Amino acid sequence: MSEETKTVPAATSGGSPKTWLVQIGNEERLGPVQWVERRMLTRPLIGPATVLVLAVIVFSIAAPNFGSLQNFSLILQQVQVIAMLGIAQTLIILTAGIDLSVAALMLLAQVAMGRFAVAMGLPVWLSLVLGLVVAVACGALNGFIVTKLSIPPFIATLGTLSIFYALNLFISDGESVPYADVPPLFTWLGTGFKLFGATFTYGQVVTVLMFVVFAYILRNTAWGTHIYAVGDNVEAARLTGIPVNRVLMSVYVVAGLIIGITSWLLIGRIGSISPTAGVEYNLASISAVVIGGTSLFGGRGRIMGTLLGALIVGVFSSGLSLVGLDNLWQEFTIGILIIGAVAVDQRLRKVGR
Amino acid sequence: MRTRLRRLAAMAAAATISITALAGCSSQSAGTDEPLVGLIVKTQDNPFYVKMAEGAKREAAKQGFALQSATGEGQSDVDSQIKSIENFIARGAKAILVTPAGDGIIPALKKARDAGIMVIALDSPLGDPHVADGTFATDNVQAGVLVGQWAKEALGDTPPRIATLDLSTDQIPVDVQRNQGFLEGFGIDTADVTKMWDEKDSRLVGHEVTDANEAGGRQGMEKLLQKDPTINLVYTINEPTAAGAYQAITAAGKQDQITVVSVDGGCPGVKNVQDGVIDATSMQFPLKMAEQAVQAVGAWLKDGTVPKNSPDLDFTNTGVTLITDQAQTGVESEDTAWGLENCWG
Amino acid sequence: MTTNTEHTLVMEARGLVKRYGRVVALDHADFEIRAGEILAVVGDTGAGKSSLIQCLAGASQPDEGEIFIGGEQVVLHSPTDARERGIETVFQSLAVSPGLDIASNVFLGRELRRPGFAGSVLRMLDKKRMRAEALEAMSHLGLQTLQDITQPVETLSGGQRQGVAIARAAAFGSKVVILDEPTAALGVKESARVEALIKEISARGIPVILISHNMPQIFEIADRIHIQRLGRRLAIVDTKEVRMSDTVSLMVGAVTPAELGLEDQAATRG
Repeated sequence: MSEETKTVPAATSGGSPKTWLVQIGNEERLGPVQWVERRMLTRPLIGPATVLVLAVIVFSIAAPNFGSLQNFSLILQQVQVIAMLGIAQTLIILTAGIDLSVAALMLLAQVAMGRFAVAMGLPVWLSLVLGLVVAVACGALNGFIVTKLSIPPFIATLGTLSIFYALNLFISDGESVPYADVPPLFTWLGTGFKLFGATFTYGQVVTVLMFVVFAYILRNTAWGTHIYAVGDNVEAARLTGIPVNRVLMSVYVVAGLIIGITSWLLIGRIGSISPTAGVEYNLASISAVVIGGTSLFGGRGRIMGTLLGALIVGVFSSGLSLVGLDNLWQEFTIGILIIGAVAVDQRLRKVGR
Repeated sequence: MRTRLRRLAAMAAAATISITALAGCSSQSAGTDEPLVGLIVKTQDNPFYVKMAEGAKREAAKQGFALQSATGEGQSDVDSQIKSIENFIARGAKAILVTPAGDGIIPALKKARDAGIMVIALDSPLGDPHVADGTFATDNVQAGVLVGQWAKEALGDTPPRIATLDLSTDQIPVDVQRNQGFLEGFGIDTADVTKMWDEKDSRLVGHEVTDANEAGGRQGMEKLLQKDPTINLVYTINEPTAAGAYQAITAAGKQDQITVVSVDGGCPGVKNVQDGVIDATSMQFPLKMAEQAVQAVGAWLKDGTVPKNSPDLDFTNTGVTLITDQAQTGVESEDTAWGLENCWG
Repeated sequence: MTTNTEHTLVMEARGLVKRYGRVVALDHADFEIRAGEILAVVGDTGAGKSSLIQCLAGASQPDEGEIFIGGEQVVLHSPTDARERGIETVFQSLAVSPGLDIASNVFLGRELRRPGFAGSVLRMLDKKRMRAEALEAMSHLGLQTLQDITQPVETLSGGQRQGVAIARAAAFGSKVVILDEPTAALGVKESARVEALIKEISARGIPVILISHNMPQIFEIADRIHIQRLGRRLAIVDTKEVRMSDTVSLMVGAVTPAELGLEDQAATRG
């Protein structure tokens, strides 16, 4: 692909120079609703950020013990695993795919790590690395089924979900590795440190770092651009010369790696190696992505949105609990948030097209 | 692309059919000689049921039965249990052992009994115990009572600030029985004993649901501590939940302040008691359940003996034992060394 | 435009054959386009228009026949191949990626990287340069961006998006620009603007192949018309020398070129 700088020759229209201007941008007067929609298309983080800020304000007033730095740190700790899975899920959803196996993949990698270190006695750092290798291999399997066998991601990952989960139970016998048997390196990300009077964990730092790194990569590399293009219109991307299959495969492999790191994060959070902790995180990761403003139809969204989405769910969960409402209402609220987010996305898509 | 997908689908269908046929063949050949006993457990991701199934298989081999097991998708997955029951009836099973996911399976079980098949409930009784020929279960209420009584003694004069980490908002029987048993053992008025969280006692400061796993345990405990940092006693639905809760407790630096009790008796859980993560747990005996059930099938097939229920109960109690290294007067318990020898898993 | 023999053929094709199973889409079709002209390609459905364009754009490969660019025979394996030879195509309704901004769209598939370490190892995009050049490409066509050039393309109207796609083609197309039904989905006002853009490109010396159903549009801006019928080129006529109604009649086979006194291109090939 040539990357020559095109210096376009100046307009040499022989006769009367065409000086009329075609304005790209707002030429019509926008009503207030349309103005908001336009803003949201341009700066897609506005929606989730507004919801988050409002929720924090409301709960700080309504619930005792909510509005403290310590509680905010706790909320981030509570959603960090789902948020990290969300990074992987966002990448895949941006390509107009979906991954139903993220949580099962995470559990399999986690259990494998435990097996290597505890049952097989391999050096702990090696077990960690091998766990990541397992995760990447699983991601590659997903990618292979989607690209080479041309099976739609929903179906492909529905299948691998069962495969990964079954392997997980087979390796672990359904049992957790208890606290005392877990090597310290595995739980290292759960280590806390004090800052401004509140406790934070290394895991939180890693989570935020991952978000920043991937947000940057998506916006500043050709790989990122190609992900959006593939998600928006596969055929058009192909005609533009983008290696579609390579892009898709790379997305699933990178997702595998991210999920592998998430397993490490999970061990730090729960202190043991469990084959079942977090099996429901799969749908939760999709919720975080959707609430964060990424479109399920691909081609549009921001990684930071997923962090906001996860935090929104965490804030509501913590806030409703502290206000004293029953857990049923937390699930109810999350359902409303999801539907609201998708409705807004649908609306924006209509505006766009 | 479409033809490819179609080809793949055809291959998959062919594979499924041939595998099912093969499986059908093998089970038929097994069934001609030995009586078929069907075992239906709730899920396959819980070592409790895994061990139960293993124990049943061993005992069945001793008795000369062919044991086939089936599993479901979750604690309340009634649908797949009904399907499994119907399958076993169709395959000519002589007896069906089932860990009921709910009373929705009762019509299917009645069909089985009408066909002359022996029906045994395991792990928890059915709403109408007479639907089964026998029930072998843990007295989940007693399991809760034991840790409740222990906790009362262990806390002594300290004013209790109690929180519970339960399974879900569905109010399923095992959840309710253990929770209410714990409260009863501790001495708290349970109001309606078929419902959790309707108590008015001021010593109860909160509850959270956890899905009975570590992640839920940690998150639930964190939320509870955020609500009330003065909690000093936590009841948990099972040991993984307790393990997760312990993480939250240590993160808050309160491990010396909070006592944690649980139910289950799995080996990782007993190990946690030994390591101080859990302070006391009620041990169940799923292997005993399985063995006694299969033996009952043997007796019934031989001369029609029906299993006897334990006194005052609608089922045969397979026993609950309190495991703790901090024995309290007035509450019988065994220590963790004993626990590790008798644990399941 | 004068009708003397001194016309350089920028692109030519001879005897293209393309089969899809038993269907013969192109049956020894010819093609030519001269420097600086706007050539419209018309034909009824099933005439082989799209197959012809796909072969010229590199999106498909003919089973037989040759393609020449600037007199040199070439084989186009892919649209990327074609692009490298200076042929830019704007496919119908597959023009831009709405979620990306204008600069990203203009450089889609050939993104500019930052110089040095940041570009080669970290593979970072030189967004500033891409934006500047996209802006330049568009203002050269008379498209001023008054709004934020970083806004996603989906905020633009259909005609504006086509403007971006055409600007992309014009910026990179050094030899030929192919436009497939560029105004098919647009209203009158926006079609007029796109037509002005097309004339702008031609004024800069780049020949334009325009596939269109819109006769008035063709007679307004095109120099010659390539009439495709039954898998081959039936005739190639000058818009100044032939009537709209005759063109349509030729297209549907109601009249033969001979009857109009035109050279029957299909007949001469046999």
